Order: sequence, then structure tokens, then C-alpha cells
Amino acid sequence: MKPPLVLVPAFNEAARIGRVLAGVRAAVPDAILLVVDDGSADDTAAVARAAGARVVRLPFNLGAGVAAQTGYKLAVREGYDCVVQLDADGQHEPADIPALLAVIAHDEADVAIGSRFLDGANTYRPGLLRRAGMGLFRWLAWLLTGMRFSDVTSGFRALGGDVVRFVATEWYPTDYADADVLITLRRAGFRLREVPVRMYPRTGGLSMHAGLRPVYYVFKMLLSVALAPLRREPAQRKGA
Amino acid sequence: MAELTLHQTMFALVISLVAFLFVLELVRRRRLLEEYSWLWLLTAGAMVLLAVWYRLLIVITHIVGAVTPLNTLLLCAVLFLFAIAVHYSVIISRLSTQVKNLAQELALLSSRVDEPRS
Repeated sequence: MKPPLVLVPAFNEAARIGRVLAGVRAAVPDAILLVVDDGSADDTAAVARAAGARVVRLPFNLGAGVAAQTGYKLAVREGYDCVVQLDADGQHEPADIPALLAVIAHDEADVAIGSRFLDGANTYRPGLLRRAGMGLFRWLAWLLTGMRFSDVTSGFRALGGDVVRFVATEWYPTDYADADVLITLRRAGFRLREVPVRMYPRTGGLSMHAGLRPVYYVFKMLLSVALAPLRREPAQRKGA
Repeated sequence: MAELTLHQTMFALVISLVAFLFVLELVRRRRLLEEYSWLWLLTAGAMVLLAVWYRLLIVITHIVGAVTPLNTLLLCAVLFLFAIAVHYSVIISRLSTQVKNLAQELALLSSRVDEPRS
């Protein structure tokens, strides 16, 4: 069995990614590190290489979803059975990677999602507006999948081989993903399971949930809710 | 409703034919791909048809219940602009997906070229 692939999509994270990669290296020493540089203008790629990661560099900025999918495409081509994805900005705790991997390794689920709210001992406290937004997404995700997720905006997850092959296709919603990914995977028939993880507030830089984007996100979710029953089901199901 | 005078018909016909031939010429010189020309040719063709067959416009006006043929023309123009804008959005969406896939492919391939040891 191949070692797991740890996928870190990164955009202008030269200041933070080195520490993240060192943390991953310490938590899962046998993992292959892959950084997908989403057209950064800074030294993200060089810092990542120096930290011992393989680097795939997109020619221009295409967004977090596309960067992640690039990594999944590489994983499919090179035959990885398990991919962990985490953010490059240090919000996700690398020490929690083994907990996500264990779910996949024991075949308890096809997708393990890191949730910052499952565990009571969590330090993450979002603001009121963000909490309201998360509540709305949770409700929409429940409406669409019948599953109660505690954390629908988590980008910290581990995927098994079938799911990796699925997200490398056009069915993967690359346009501002997170919650949409949960819904798409659930509707494709994959088993999802949440795992408690630690998350930290950003130490700097620009959150991708800034400005008008949450509004667009809500719009996109509502559109998904409306269209999901009318859409053809994803062609490539688990095991297909 | 009144018929058009010969003067008016000739003017409308010339304008419509110029529009039609202009689109054809763009296709001939490969400035416009055949794939994207059909909606324009259809419109220019409809303009020519209405110029030489004004009764048709009057019949359509009765069918849609518009008050004057001018209203019908305006409605057609708005519908056409809507159609062409949506047509472009569909094309742009497809191009975006293709550009995305190409960029990913390029990134994956060049990472193999840059790092032969992996």
C-alpha cells in the first residue's frame, strides 16, 4: 500500500506554509507532501520545496477548489489510495491528520471530515455573523443530504481512493467548494464521517471567506438546493 | 395597418442585406467561427425576410397582441439580445472549464519536467 498523500493547496502563504509542512512531516513521517501553488506571487513554491514537499505550480490563480482538484488529479495518476487535504495557512492542526487517516484506513467511511465543533475542548470561536452563516449552511446541507454536519465549512479532510477518483472528474464543484463538496459526495453515494479536530484562527493574511463571498456562497448553496433534485446523478459512483 | 412604401422597403432591405453579408464575410475570412455565426445569420436572415415580407411582421404583431409592428420589432430585438448573451455565457463557461483543465494539465506536466527525480 502506498503512503498517504498530504495535499496542501496554497496561495501566497510563504510566511506560514513552512511551519504547516514541518507539522505535517512530524505528524505523518511516511506521507508524501504535495503543495499545489495556486499561482502565488511570493516564495510559496520555494519555501514548500525547501520543506521537502513536491510542488505543482498552476500558471495563474484559479481558486482553492481548482488547486485542490489539481492535487487529486495527480493522486489518481500516481495511484494514491488516500489523500489528506489541509489548508496552508496554519488553521488546521497537522497533529490531527492520523485521526482522519485512521477512519479511511479502517474503512469506517469514504470521507473523513475534520470538524472543529464535534469536540467540546475546542478553542475556535467564530464571530456572530460567521456563526449565523455556518448555521444556514448546516441547515442547507441537512436539507440536501439528510445528514447532520457539525462543520460544513471545513477544508480539512481525508479521502479514500474511490472518492479521489471521483473528485478528479468534472463532477467536483471546483468553484468555491467546501459545503458543496459534502453535498456532491453524499449524493454520489459516499459514506461521510466527521472527526473532531483542532482549528485555529488565522494568524494573518486574507481569509477566503471575506467580503461579498459569503453572499455568493449562500446563493450558490441555494441554487444547489433548488437544482439538486433535477440534476442527473453523478455518473461515477463509488465502486463504479 | 399601412404597407411600407417602396422607399422604406428598399432601405430596410439594404440594411438587412448588409448585416447578413457582413456576418458571412466574417465567416469567410475566418474571423468568426461557423459555430458562433449561426445566431447572427439567423437574425440577419430574419431581418431580410421581414424587410421583403412586411405582412409577416403584421401577422406576428396580431399573434403576440402588440399594438404596432414597432413593438413587435422591439420585442424581437430584446429576445435576440437575451439569446445571444446567454449563448455567450454558455460558451464562456465551456472555455473556462477548458482553460482550467489545461492549466491543471500544464502544472502537472511541468512538475514532472522540473523534478525528474520524483
